[in-house]
Amino acid sequence: MSSHWRVGSILHAVGLLIVLCFTLFPFYWMITSSLKNQTELLASPPIWLFQPSFANYQAIFADATVTTAVLNSLIVATSTTALSVALGTPAAYALARFEFRGKADLWFWFISNRMISPIVLALPVYLLSRQVGLLNTHVVLVLIYLTFNLPIVVWICTDQFRSIPRDLEQSARLEGATQLDIFWRIYLPLGLPGVAVSAIFAFIFSWNELLYALVLITSQDLKTAPVVATNFMSGYELPWGKIMATGTVIVAPVTLFAILVSRHMVRGLTMGATK
Amino acid sequence: MRRHHPGYGRWTPFFFLAPAVVALFAIGIYPTIFAVMTSFRRYNITRRADMLDGFPFVGLDNYRQAFSDQTFWDSLALTGRFFLSVVPLQIVLGVLIALMLHRPGWGLLRSIARVSLVVPLATTYAVVGLIGRLIFNRDFGVANQFLGWMSIASSDWLGNPTGAFIAIVVMDVWQWTPFVALIFLAGLSMVPVEIEEAARLETKSNWALLRYVQLPYLLPGLTAVLILRSSDVLKLFDMVFVMTRGGPGAATDLISVYVQRVGFKVFDLGLASAQAILLLVLTIILSRIYIRVFYREIE
Repeated sequence: MSSHWRVGSILHAVGLLIVLCFTLFPFYWMITSSLKNQTELLASPPIWLFQPSFANYQAIFADATVTTAVLNSLIVATSTTALSVALGTPAAYALARFEFRGKADLWFWFISNRMISPIVLALPVYLLSRQVGLLNTHVVLVLIYLTFNLPIVVWICTDQFRSIPRDLEQSARLEGATQLDIFWRIYLPLGLPGVAVSAIFAFIFSWNELLYALVLITSQDLKTAPVVATNFMSGYELPWGKIMATGTVIVAPVTLFAILVSRHMVRGLTMGATK
Repeated sequence: MRRHHPGYGRWTPFFFLAPAVVALFAIGIYPTIFAVMTSFRRYNITRRADMLDGFPFVGLDNYRQAFSDQTFWDSLALTGRFFLSVVPLQIVLGVLIALMLHRPGWGLLRSIARVSLVVPLATTYAVVGLIGRLIFNRDFGVANQFLGWMSIASSDWLGNPTGAFIAIVVMDVWQWTPFVALIFLAGLSMVPVEIEEAARLETKSNWALLRYVQLPYLLPGLTAVLILRSSDVLKLFDMVFVMTRGGPGAATDLISVYVQRVGFKVFDLGLASAQAILLLVLTIILSRIYIRVFYREIE
């Protein structure tokens, strides 16, 4: 019986190691490829052991393209995150603490935005922003990213605000606090963990977005990082080292963020259908 | 009493809601209405005649064209086939991973494996496509090397229809299996500890434990997976666009990739809008089902 247990336990460990390899391999392959030189990259069959070099990183930061793109992504993602928190948290407060007609419908409308394909909005937004001269601006991206960021902020913060005891609010009311005071001085500070998690999700989603950025921005110095990374994909001999270095630069910060909120990952991606 | 505090009226919630609702209306609903209008017009911005005519109303012409367009149906069918290829794999692997992560023992390794699930989920979808192109390269791709170790002949993955389809399936399975696994893991952790421990004393068989104790807790997750994954597959663009551009031929021309091309390569925005609206209708049906199933308790 003890040997039966031991076999099971070893299989369990092997299984876990396989899971680890499965999830990390493409990531590992991207990073190691970014440290290879062109000869090593084009070796057939691929080589696993080599002298790592940071030449590709020096190369991509030598001209401004990648740096500008990362900065653009940073500007867009930070602005849209800030805006969705500013607009989303009051709405979440109302949904968490007030009863009114049409509340359920409103709630569902927020949530169903999660399902809508960006291509549905990309076409009209392209035409509309062409008419009002917003094409090729960061503003249009900041605004359109609200379509997926606002729902996530509203969802997670509503959940968080609901868990704050009502007694606090009651006693503040007796002392004459206005509704705005209560939101600003009680709900926001106490709900900060939820606000932070939703902000991180908003940042990750905006940072990673490609379709809108691809069709709404054509001017080279306004392009975001994912678009610039895909732009390498032309010509005969692709600069794989530079491509993978750029990929690593893009993916590294969001991966760190995602690990920070890993406990909430399911909640963020399902809009809380499973807790 | 209330009058002294202007913030407590019936209308208070609306002040808090208004900014978000107005914003989402302006960027979500208004463009959608505009897309519906566009779908009734002849609206090709590269055709001078259309522009000179002021993009004339053509009624249901675009919808008629969309419905009679074989490519549109082919790409919807392909999207369906893609769904049927990735989702069963993701469910089977997801349940296996969730069971391994739930089983007691190897605490540290289990935590590391659990955190590692987040990595594919956070990876920029476009970069997943780039990695896919490198891994499945005909000459120096590591996929062929793996196959070589198992003495399977190498192939030009992205150069032939079947290979390209398999390649995007593999990358999608890599990126989204962790999501499915995490959903099932959440389900498993809902099993009351006493019941699970009693069952473990009762039986040595992991299968019996799964079948009679854990399975009921996995089922709600399964519905979530089916609905969310179907809407995600309808949305899937970035990874496929970067990896194959829908090719070779139309082998990986999923619906979002196809509509994007009609809109932004052919610039037939009328037709593309009609197709996008059809896609939207499909999505609304899906999300109604999703809400029916999962948020019943709030109503």
